[in-house]
Amino acid sequence: MSAVFSTSAAASRPFVFNREAAAPAGPQPEAELSEARPPQRVVSSQAFKDARLAGITPASQLAVRSAPEMVSSGIAEMDGLTGGLPRGCLTEICGSASSGRSTLLLAALAAATRRGEFSALVDASDALDPQSAADAGIELERLLWVRCQPSQPPEGRLEQLMRVADLLLESGGFGMIALDLGDIPPQNARRIPLASWFRFRRAVEHTPTVLLAVERQSIAGSCSSLLIKLASLPRGMEMESRSAQPPIPAHANLLTEVNITAELLRSRLDRKPVRSAEITFAGKTAWAG
Amino acid sequence: MPFACIFVPSFPLAAAFRGDPELRARAVAIFEGRPPLEKIFAVNESAGRLGIAPGMAKAQAELCPEVTLRRRSQLQESGAHAALLDGARSFSPRVEDAAADTAILDLAGLESLFGPLPKIAQNLFSCTAELGLEANVAVAANPDAAVLAAHGFSGVTVIPAGQEAERLGPLPLEVLFVETADDPGPSARLLEILDRWGIRNLRALAALPEVALSERLGQEGLRLQQLARGAASRTLVPVEVPLVFEEAAELEHPIVLLEPLAFLLNRLLEQICARLASRALHTQELRLTLELENFASVPRTMPPTHFSQPSPLHPPLFQRTLNLPLPMRDAKLFLKLLQLDLNAHPPGAPIAKVHLAAEPARPRPVQGGLFQPASPEPEKLQLTLARIAGLVGESRVGSLELLDTHRAEGFRMRRFHPGATTAEKTSQPGKEPCAIALRRFRPRLRVTVTFSNGELARVICPGKKEMQGGVLWKAGPWRSSGDWWEREAWARDEWDIALQHSEDIALYRLVHDLLGGGWFVEGMYD
Repeated sequence: MSAVFSTSAAASRPFVFNREAAAPAGPQPEAELSEARPPQRVVSSQAFKDARLAGITPASQLAVRSAPEMVSSGIAEMDGLTGGLPRGCLTEICGSASSGRSTLLLAALAAATRRGEFSALVDASDALDPQSAADAGIELERLLWVRCQPSQPPEGRLEQLMRVADLLLESGGFGMIALDLGDIPPQNARRIPLASWFRFRRAVEHTPTVLLAVERQSIAGSCSSLLIKLASLPRGMEMESRSAQPPIPAHANLLTEVNITAELLRSRLDRKPVRSAEITFAGKTAWAG
Repeated sequence: MPFACIFVPSFPLAAAFRGDPELRARAVAIFEGRPPLEKIFAVNESAGRLGIAPGMAKAQAELCPEVTLRRRSQLQESGAHAALLDGARSFSPRVEDAAADTAILDLAGLESLFGPLPKIAQNLFSCTAELGLEANVAVAANPDAAVLAAHGFSGVTVIPAGQEAERLGPLPLEVLFVETADDPGPSARLLEILDRWGIRNLRALAALPEVALSERLGQEGLRLQQLARGAASRTLVPVEVPLVFEEAAELEHPIVLLEPLAFLLNRLLEQICARLASRALHTQELRLTLELENFASVPRTMPPTHFSQPSPLHPPLFQRTLNLPLPMRDAKLFLKLLQLDLNAHPPGAPIAKVHLAAEPARPRPVQGGLFQPASPEPEKLQLTLARIAGLVGESRVGSLELLDTHRAEGFRMRRFHPGATTAEKTSQPGKEPCAIALRRFRPRLRVTVTFSNGELARVICPGKKEMQGGVLWKAGPWRSSGDWWEREAWARDEWDIALQHSEDIALYRLVHDLLGGGWFVEGMYD
């Protein structure tokens, strides 16, 4: 019985690593055997190591992954912070209620459709306001809107969202695919297995698609290339609450602008250490002019 | 001027084989007539070897268990006839519809387009085979000689000009009377006379003296002699082949499950796509009509629009129409789309007959630009959209269209159609301030509102704990109304309010319905 290694790396030099099998057939003198064995044992262990490492590139020879193409998020200040949104990567936008997540999402979708690309929005809570989408500048005929059934419990809607996202990524050809989990409670959203996010990351890799996820808290872990956290405060509210003067009547108030603060929590796009940076930009209401 | 003839021998059998290709390997007999007087109409070679012959009673044929019996289907035959004409029309614009099993083509001028005559004949043979028909193809200098050669010789036959008499000579006299097979009386009499004279083939008939033949058989005799010599001359009567692409199948046993139906649909779709390909056309609309049995079992929940009105004379029909955004011709894609559609809208009763029709359309003239952004492949996208519609519902996927109204939900969903938009880049992004978005709650949330000194003070939403508390900031009301001239009139006051949301402040849109009453939170600014 003999076993011969014939791997891709060692194909040209097969080694016998079984000591018994290495012995030639028929009786041999003891002295000859003792001379023959030690070098063969050394060669065998080396061969085993060679075979095990065959096809594995040493870390020193690893090629540097090319930087993904960045596209505009539709907000100049945000582009200045992150460099834009990366194609072929997952970007997470998280924040609490009224933090400006949907504003950023619609701005990114508007920028994508203005580039002439087709975009898809998978809406887990059926929360998209068509008028807001039009006000944001989205070319509506270029936007595919998938509305998960709101009658379903959060788990059911999440399942629908994941399956729809799978189908859209498989279909290809979209410039941006946005997953809106903004109203899904974090405890439910965290139940999405990490393997699903890995699958999405692999599916979107090497494609020109920007995969965007909007959620309350980060749930994709290390699968996301960019993680942006948002917070906001309506302009004028702070002054009013701290003012000693009598409150302004409601009909004299007008919501015109919201200051949104964006913080870059994680970026895997460059090889610099993780940094945290903040910017503030204003979002205006449609009636503010 | 060369002509070609495509002749399909044993046409009812060929039509049955086209509908069910697996039958080719079996002994098959086609019967017709009303029970109990059903008689065998046509048999294939294998059935003939087993002793089954045309004219035999069906009950006799049933005694032979190896023979597969099929009822003659007019639907299958009309489909096969249409396919035959489509195949012929794909080569020549001048086609004569000589019989159900015969088509004659004018090949004048086609040599420069398709190559020499033998190549054209071979291509015709291959084309009809692709359409599911085993045919004989013959090319000759006149239509009648081509027809005789197609009836007499199997496979591909090309008769050079001037050699008609020589090549047609060995054929038996029966080939002259094929067209009069429906009325065998006169032809049988003529055949008997010629047989008594010792005339057995066309060469012998062609050699008879014309005057003597005319004296004995009249003008009919002379006509037959001209045909036998391959010298008959007549004008082709071309027909305009209609652009009707329909295929149907009648089932001996009703289908209950959708899976076996898919096999049948696949076959019909492949036939239709092959016919469309032969005419260089695509389709933009597929109509599926299923004839149902046992209509009483159809669930009452099924929308009545899918069904025709049942009556004692006409069985109920289940109809589905597949509208495609772009012209396509992919049988596998159509099958998937039909499967998904039938899964979403099952017929609900056993299926006795399947009818499929395709509305022809010209292929879309699309040329991809080098600098145009990538867009989804239309065929792949259709399948994806159909699958998504199966998951979330048909009305919940598509693109948005805003309606000309100030009503809160003034929009409608429409089919997502990437081909309808032009790839034009508009203004540069990022130059203008972004617009604050509203996240809508669907359905809107009913809340209880308390006032203090005539002003909004507190909002309580029973369904959402985070949406209750004192109003930190408010703006409004903004009054709007509309559609007062219609039943769905609306009038409302809107407020923008800020509530404490855990550690942050959340902005909501609060609405007071002035007509229906009640307070609602319609959405959240985000």
